[in-house]
Order: sequence, then structure tokens, then C-alpha cells
Amino acid sequence: MSGPSDYQPSNPALQWIERRLPILGLMHSSFVVYPTPRNLNYWWTFGAILSFMLGMQILTGVILAMHYTPHADLAFKSVELIVRDVNYGWLLRNMHACGASMFFFAVYVHMLRGLYYGSYKEPREVLWILGVIIYLLMMATGFMGYVLPWGQMSFWGATVITNLFSAIPYVGESIVTLLWGGYSVGNPTLNRFFSLHYLLPFLIAGVVVLHVWALHVAGQNNPDGVEPKTEKDTVPFTPHATIKDMFGVSCFLLLYAWFIFYMPNYLGDADNYIPANPGVTPPHIVPEWYYLPFYAILRSIPNKLAGVIAMFSAIIILCFLPWLDSARTRSSKYRPLAKQFFWIFVAVCILLGYLGAQPPEGIYVVAGRVLTVCYFAYFLIVLPLLSRIETPRPVPNSISEAILAKGSKAVASVAVALVAAGALFLGSLGDARASEGSDKPPGNKWSFSGPFGKFDRGALQRGLKVYKEVCANCHGLSYVAFRNLGEPGGPGYSVAQVAAFASDYKIKDGPNDAGDMFERPGRAADYFPSPFPNEQAARAANGGAAPPDLSLITKARSYGRGFPWFIFDFFTQYQEQGPDYVAAVLQGFEEKVPEGVTIPEGSYFNRYFPGHAIKMPKPLSDGQVTYDDGSPTTVAQYSKDVTTFLMWTAEPHMEARKRLGFQVFVFLIIFALLMYFTKKKVWADSH
Amino acid sequence: MTTASSADHPTRRDFLFVATGAAAAVGGAAALWPFISQMNPDASTIAAGAPIEVDLSPVAEGQDIKVFWRGKPIYISHRTKKQIDEARAVNVASLPDPQTDEARVKSGHEQWLVVIGICTHLGCIPIAHEGNYDGFFCPCHGSQYDSSGRIRQGPAPANLAVPPYQFVSDTKIQIG
Ligand code: FES
Repeated sequence: MSGPSDYQPSNPALQWIERRLPILGLMHSSFVVYPTPRNLNYWWTFGAILSFMLGMQILTGVILAMHYTPHADLAFKSVELIVRDVNYGWLLRNMHACGASMFFFAVYVHMLRGLYYGSYKEPREVLWILGVIIYLLMMATGFMGYVLPWGQMSFWGATVITNLFSAIPYVGESIVTLLWGGYSVGNPTLNRFFSLHYLLPFLIAGVVVLHVWALHVAGQNNPDGVEPKTEKDTVPFTPHATIKDMFGVSCFLLLYAWFIFYMPNYLGDADNYIPANPGVTPPHIVPEWYYLPFYAILRSIPNKLAGVIAMFSAIIILCFLPWLDSARTRSSKYRPLAKQFFWIFVAVCILLGYLGAQPPEGIYVVAGRVLTVCYFAYFLIVLPLLSRIETPRPVPNSISEAILAKGSKAVASVAVALVAAGALFLGSLGDARASEGSDKPPGNKWSFSGPFGKFDRGALQRGLKVYKEVCANCHGLSYVAFRNLGEPGGPGYSVAQVAAFASDYKIKDGPNDAGDMFERPGRAADYFPSPFPNEQAARAANGGAAPPDLSLITKARSYGRGFPWFIFDFFTQYQEQGPDYVAAVLQGFEEKVPEGVTIPEGSYFNRYFPGHAIKMPKPLSDGQVTYDDGSPTTVAQYSKDVTTFLMWTAEPHMEARKRLGFQVFVFLIIFALLMYFTKKKVWADSH
Repeated sequence: MTTASSADHPTRRDFLFVATGAAAAVGGAAALWPFISQMNPDASTIAAGAPIEVDLSPVAEGQDIKVFWRGKPIYISHRTKKQIDEARAVNVASLPDPQTDEARVKSGHEQWLVVIGICTHLGCIPIAHEGNYDGFFCPCHGSQYDSSGRIRQGPAPANLAVPPYQFVSDTKIQIG
């Protein structure tokens, strides 16, 4: 993209095309011979990683849209059925959902890199502003995508974020109605979010083309912040940058795969496994981790309109960065003061992210205000001031000179990488809720834990029995079909056993030719029926509270692990908060309400249930269900078995996920090593 | 410059490049599979394609009913004596898609013709009891099928397909 190309293909067919549409020449000059500063470090690889992630999100998104139903009544179920029934649907969904987090993680590294090395400075202002536009589009896309599964967080996130616009004086309410397409968040909202969520990535791709175009006109910045002067300062893009980027991407894939295969729900909120309910708000609304710093800024301002303005300004201010920082030295490498303040700024952002996940009370509010001031002060006071008072160290005359003088800075970069990765893990603090007056359930040992975990077939079969004889009196399992009982990774029943099991149930079917509904014996293809014909009946039979569907209960219930456990959880793949919680609640009933605790009339005391007052009476007692395999018939055993079974109903393909994950990991490690050595060879001649 | 040292081992370097390229190709091809496989029918669709049972007792002679199996219309005709005789009198060798009537029905249950009601031309649904052969007529491009569902006239190349089915009892069949 820099001047007319001297590219001349030898193939006559290609020559014919090239004379009429010089696209090959464009590619050649942009991605093959394009001169790349030879001193780029791995922070520059995130541009390639971002292109890769954008492609990945579009590809998986287009595919998920083939299976998804954008209707308020069907959206939640369609997502669950993608995960359960579509071939590799669980994989595609994890790729897309974790992909969003990876995308934001990479974009933050990319932005901070630009900030540190002064990539926004003359002549790259337009390049930088295009980047901010991409980031804004990403935020809108990510938000709307999060709404689509139509869980509790989706619904209430949509309500809260769209309500931000009601802060606008005079026309706010009308704008919010316009955004909703109704009197509240509902089906029209979901439909338009789906349409826009599909559209925006293509706009992003368009702006990315402009971003890359601007990059190739101005040329890449580099860690020393001096422009390339001679041929010796640069290397051709291919193979040097190409292979280096591919190595970077393959390392990044390891992190991405870790989430996809081993921690798919780590960065999500448990409440989003509860179907959207316009009548109940979750105790704390938290956005996804990548919006937390801005959410913290929003909440720090005690005025609605001012809060909204502050939040949007926090992003828009980035557009003015090239003029706020007028220092002539680009790279913070040669600016001792700017370097320190940069790291303070990074810490401020991470802390704001942490505060965004905390309940807005007490010390958190004060800290939020202080840090919000710090955030804006960095842009409005520190940078303009620094450019006036700071004396930078002398910059090298050329890139090649800088390379010759280069000491070992790798250690610092690795340390920084770890800190950046740490920021990602902070996101999981979203689980850290205000204390809700309950004990932390004890951790259990589960057969399905760890990278090779498999369900204990015996426990699954016993758990099914407990479900059928006890739980099924009040709770449904509407996302589980009888056929699932015979599928690999499940309780391991034969086709005949499944058919026999199904035929025990009466399924409502119809209408028949006469127009009547009728009952027939269940078939393998049927789903577990609910014990009540509808929600109203369920409420009436249970003192006003409809018993939740159990299919996803282990995913929808969890408890905060807090620091430092979440880091430990990430590395050990400890994802058992949900099952621990469910098993504990089943065993947490106590006859006698302890001194000093009062619970409402008609509820029962449970040690582990939030607030201790639960509407469900103690469902299990010793000896209630008979086991044929000699396992103890105790409440502890029942709880463990039925929880194992519920964990399976929440994710019938867990074993397939872990197995494939292991294979992918072996491959990726080998591939990354091969890439590393190839890269070394390619670069060997250039140092 | 280290050009000399890397030129010393051209084979080792080539091996590295080839191995990396091959790993990338294998990984890429394997990664493609989930993206293709997701287009196949999902588990609930496959499960819904399980066999169905049809009660034949209400179907009078000369009448036919249409049931659906795997999203396809299945014609079940209770054939008259005349229709059976017509179907069996034809010289099989003269048919575009030669097949005897005996091969298209279950022995002992000659009066029942069970065919997938999808024209073998381009997929329209033929109308029963129409056309010149006491069988099926496809309105789309004029294909005519006889009382055994065999193609007799028009552009369709093959006889109406017989779905897999069996008699569970004298008055009940299971399709699939
Ligand atoms: S589709 Fe029946 S004749 Fe063409």
C-alpha cells in the first residue's frame, strides 16, 4: 500500500488479472516485501493475533447463527441445544464465547503497547483514532452478543446498559423506548441485537482494513520509536514478520485452547445459565470482565448523567491522546518518568476492573472515586505536563544502532506478560459477590474433575435413580432427552434400556386427527417431562416459588472463591463451585434454627443456602432410595450421586471436551515448538 | 553474519520447514472438521427420525393415506383387486425402470403399497389416484406412475422409492 507496485507475476493468467485489478500487487507490497522494522518485539504480534481472533469470531459466529433462534421464548433453549445436540456445537460455542474474552485481552495488550511506545504520535494519529473506533465497535458487538443467550445476566445487562441512555436530559426515556422497540427489554430488543451483532463485525473488519492501510502508509512504529532510515533498519514482512506472527499466534492458541477445553465457563457469569426472568433481578449485575473498569467509573459518579458521561469520556479521551501527549520522544523506553506513570496507569486500570466486580459499598466506593480521578488525571494532567518537564534519554540514531546496543530486556517483557495475563484472571473476580450470609460449601472430590476427568457411571446411574424417585416430583430436566442416557459419556445405558426407561413416562402429544391432545408412552427422542403442566401450576403446588429446572442447576449456582483461589482455580481447572454448592445445599438442612437466626414462616434452615432460609424442605433422608449396587444409602451418598448426575445433565459432552482438549494441547505444543525453531532459522540471517 | 553456518545444514533446515508446514496443514485440516460436521443433522433431528408405527385398520380398500416420516410424505395405498391385477399384468421389460410389483410390496400383503411420495424427477409430490395408469400423477412436469408406483411416462427416471418398513401385525406397519 505504499506507492505503485513493481510486482510482476510470471504466470500469464495472473498477469492478465494484475493488469485489470492489481490486487496481487497490493497483497505483495503490503504483506510480502513490506519493510518491517527489524527491532519489533513480541508485543507487536498482537496485531496479528487480533486479525486471527476477528476471523475466528466471524467464522464461529456465522456458524452459530445457523443454529441459533433469536426469539425471546426460544433463544435460551436454542443455545443449550447447540451445546448438546449440534455436532461439535459445544466446541463452536466455547470458541465463540471464550473467543470474545481472548479478543478483548489481545486488544488491551495491543492498546497498552501503543500507549507505551507512543504509537499514536505523529504521523500515526489517524491510525490510532481508527483503532479507538474499532475498540468502540468491539464493545458494542461484545455487549450485544452477550445478550443473545437470553439468560438472567443477558437480560438484566441489556436492561441496565440501555437504561444508561435514559440519563440524557429531556429525550432520554424516548431514546430508551426506541432502543428497546417496546416498553421493556423484550423480543424486539433481542431481534435487533441479533441483527446488529451479526452486522457490526463486518463493520469492524472494514475499519480494520482502514487501520492496516493507515499503518502501511505511515509505517510501523517500533520499540525504539525512531523511524527506519536505511535498508539495514528493516526486514521484508515475509517471511520474517509472517513467521514471527505465526509463532506468536500459536502460543496464543495455547491460552485460548485452555479456556475452550478446560475452563469454558471461567470468565462467564453463573447467572447466565438461568433463563431470562423479567420478574427477578440477580443480586448483583456485573458486566463481562473486559468492561469492568468502565463500569467502575460509571458507578463512581453519584450523578446518573455525569456517570454516563464519565464512562463514555473514559474511552473517547483516547482519541485525543496524540494531542494530549506532545512529547517529541515516542517510546517510553527513553522516557524515565513516562515509563513509571504508564505502569501506574496500568495498575489503576486493573484496580478499577477489580472494583467494577465488587459491590458498590463502603471502601469500594471511595477507592473507585480516587481511581477514576487517577484515570482521567493520567490523560489530562500527567501526559501534558510530562511532555513539558521531562528530559528524555537520548534516542539512538537508527534502528540498527539500537539493536547493536541492545541489552537483555526479555526478562522484563516476560514479567509484563505475566502481569497482563493476571489482569485477565482478575475478571473472574466477577464471581466475588457481597457476602450473602452463608457458609462456603466444603470442596468435594469429583470424578469428573481435572483434565482427564470422567463421569463415574455408577454414580450417574444412582443419581438418575435419586432424581427419578425424589427430585422429579418437583423439578424438571427440560434440556435432557431420554436418548441422552444411552449416549457416550453418559450413564452408559443400552438402546433397549433407554427405550424401556422412556416408556415408563407418559408424554403429552397431539393434536391428533380429531384435534385432541392425548398421552402416549415416552420414546427415546422425547425430553424428560416436567412434573407440572406449566409454571403457574408449579408455583401453586410449591407455595409460590416455582422449582427451578435442574438441567443447568450446577452451572447456575456457584459461590465466590475470592483471591487468591481464583488463580489457583485457573491453573488446576477447578470448576467445581457449582456441584460443591448443590451437594452442600442438599446436606445443609438443620432441624434446629441456631440461636439468633430467624427465618420466615414456611421456610427451612439451610447452612449453605444464601440467607439460610430456603423454601425447599429437606428432600433426602437416609435409606429413602434403595441402591442395587451396595453403595451406602445415606444422604451424603445421595447428594453426591445426584449432583454428579446433574453435572452431567448440565454438560453431557464434558468427557468429549476434555478428551479432545488433551489431543489439541499435545498438537499445539509440538506445533509451537516447530514454529519457534523455524522462526529462529528464518531470523538467523538477520541479526 | 551466520549465513555460512545455516548453509552448512541445508537438509536439517529443509526438514524443519517441511515438518512445520506439514504440522500446519494437518492441524488446519483437522480444525476444519468441526466446522463442516456441524452442518450435518444434529442429534435431536436424528432421534426424531426414529421408526413410526401406522395403524392400517381404518384405511378402506381403494383409499390411500399420507403419513410423514423424516419430513417426507409416505403414501400408503390400500389397492383394489383391479389395481393389483393391472400392476401385475404389465410386461416388466417394457418399463423405464423395470421392477416387478411383487418386489415392491410385501408378500401376503399385496393390497398394501407403501411408497415415498416424492417424484423421482425433481422432488415434487405426485397426486394419488390420478393419471393414465390408476396410480400417481406428478403435476410439475407430468410424470405418470402406475398403481405400483412405477414410472410409466414423463421425465422421471425411476420408480417411486419404497421406504424400509415391515408388518408388525396384519393391521399395523412400522416404517423406518
Ligand atoms: S418433479 Fe415430478 S415431474 Fe418433475
